[in-house]
Amino acid sequence: MNRIDQRFSELKAQGRKALIPYITAGDPAPQYTVGFMHALVEAGADVIELGVPFSDPMADGPVIQKACERALKHGTRLVDLFEMVKEFRQADTQTPVVLMGYLNPIERIGYEVFADKAANAGVDGVLIVDMPPEEAGEIGPLMKSRDLAAIFLVAPTTSHERAATICAHGQGYLYYVSLKGVTGAASLNAADVAAHLTPLREMTDLPLCVGFGIRDGVTAAEVANVADGVIVGSALVNRIAENTQTPEIIPGQLKDVLADMRSAMDA
Amino acid sequence: MTGLSTTSSAPTGATSKFNNLTHMPDARGHFGPYGGRFVSETLSFALEDLENIYASLRDDPAFQAEFDRDLAHYVGRPSPLYHAERWSQKLGGAQIWLKREDLNHTGAHKVNNTIGQALLAKKIGKPRVIAETGAGQHGVATATVAARLGLECDVYMGAADVQRQKLNVYRMHLLGARVIPVESGTRTLKDAMNEALRDWVTNVDNTFYIIGTVAGPHPYPLIVRDFNAVVGREARKQSMEQIGRLPDALIACVGGGSNALGLFYPFVEDEEVAMYGVEAGGDGVETGRHAAPLSSNAPRGVLHGNRTYLMSDEAGQVSDTHSISAGLDYPGVGPEHALWKDVGRVNYVAANDNDVLEAFRELTHMEGIMPALESAHALAYAKVLAPTMRPDQHIVVNLSGRGDKDIMTVAKLDGIEF
Repeated sequence: MNRIDQRFSELKAQGRKALIPYITAGDPAPQYTVGFMHALVEAGADVIELGVPFSDPMADGPVIQKACERALKHGTRLVDLFEMVKEFRQADTQTPVVLMGYLNPIERIGYEVFADKAANAGVDGVLIVDMPPEEAGEIGPLMKSRDLAAIFLVAPTTSHERAATICAHGQGYLYYVSLKGVTGAASLNAADVAAHLTPLREMTDLPLCVGFGIRDGVTAAEVANVADGVIVGSALVNRIAENTQTPEIIPGQLKDVLADMRSAMDA
Repeated sequence: MTGLSTTSSAPTGATSKFNNLTHMPDARGHFGPYGGRFVSETLSFALEDLENIYASLRDDPAFQAEFDRDLAHYVGRPSPLYHAERWSQKLGGAQIWLKREDLNHTGAHKVNNTIGQALLAKKIGKPRVIAETGAGQHGVATATVAARLGLECDVYMGAADVQRQKLNVYRMHLLGARVIPVESGTRTLKDAMNEALRDWVTNVDNTFYIIGTVAGPHPYPLIVRDFNAVVGREARKQSMEQIGRLPDALIACVGGGSNALGLFYPFVEDEEVAMYGVEAGGDGVETGRHAAPLSSNAPRGVLHGNRTYLMSDEAGQVSDTHSISAGLDYPGVGPEHALWKDVGRVNYVAANDNDVLEAFRELTHMEGIMPALESAHALAYAKVLAPTMRPDQHIVVNLSGRGDKDIMTVAKLDGIEF
């Protein structure tokens, strides 16, 4: 069983909701990423989304754009992420890792090479922001045969018809984008999110996780009440941005943000 | 005028080996392996909506008539096909004919498309339009139609381009548009497009994104091609009338590739017409400092919603580009051009900055026509091609825009500051 499915079935049995942090790999420099991942797990992460830095992150706001720039300044490449995940797996064989990013770096190394390397490194799922299911016909089977979950986005603007297609293709969990906009935008409206999740529940058994606009324990707890998981990115990446000169204190900072959300969600 | 979905009747079309090319893209916006709709989910709905509305209007005679009326009375079409006799004589080969898109209202071919897309925005009922711009021509053309229709208009422009195209920035201000300088990335056209997409994903409920070139997610490459194909339809008819037959060759500059597709598309089945797309060679393709994904054989990649030839490094990070012309300074190219390269329908070549400047000066001196630096790329290749042909042969060059906006750039190279 894929680690993502395993983790969600454990959480379900415990009556808990998933806490899913996102960080950009290589930010502020590649040698820190694995340490950050372990810190996130210690603070209560159930799944880790590891961002693949890209030169043109069209769906991201300034916070993650700058994280990409910092990572790229140090030359962080997709192939370096495989090494990071391998190293992470030496100490942690349980926590699912999802790669999140844009298609071009994957396109450049080739779908089959990507799927092989990701699976070998111990990656469990892949979310390609600019690849809806309609365009995933070629890479989908290559991922499936290696037990890599293809995770897709659902947005407030997604029609009922499209949502059904996405549910049919999705694996691991569905990533519900809570608001129209880029990452790091304004706060979400939990009631609005709940209204959008209800019809999705009827379409799929996949866990429904919500991202965009989750800043603190309060919003995390609100979302956890209506969803199966809470995804937090910019709030963490902000802490990295604020401490690039003192990277040794970043793990503690990340833990503070995440532990606060964890306790609010579990309360 | 024929409908948007048809080319003019091609005498050789029935037997052309390039017959299938006029039927692209497929239902999902693919041109062979290129094109498609690679966008984040939030935009899928708006693109499906646009696709459906455009499908219903594409052959609607009333929509077509409205578009044609605007092209005639607002843009001033048809644009002339002008025989550059003196320049042809100097080059000592083929006769050069200039398709005068520089004489359009706002000074470039860009307005053909913005008129069409603004009509779509009106039909869809969106009160606000946004655009990306490089040289500023598409921004000006968008601001112009927005002013005319009373739409709110925001234009994204790379901060580097805001510097080198001050005149167009001020034109947009005068037209009532807001110009938003983009400081991220390379601060040029690709970054402007990133920022426009971020705006659209945030304001998709009330905003129509007027994309300026034949790139972006489906259906944009199709829509922009259709609205610009009036250039080729006119050129075809004018060639028959003025030359008495089809030309032997067509030349157009290619950044994203909208003016080239506009000219080429109605001729694509005419095998006897050779086509040349001229990319920005910058300091020279061999130096790596250029914006020529097709002629440098860049790898395939995905950016801004479509798969195409894309300048990127081995890790898939999009490369910096270099060109004297802001309008061609883009690492990708429209997906239909990518297919046309692969099937051998169009020859893609590059012109270096120095040769472009020489062509700019030469046309200005010899014909009294000051071309945009973008269009001067096509002229630079005409200087190469014409002497290899006979005086009874004919080349149509798309003079896609006028050069007023570039006067400061050229003056600076001459050591003159205003």
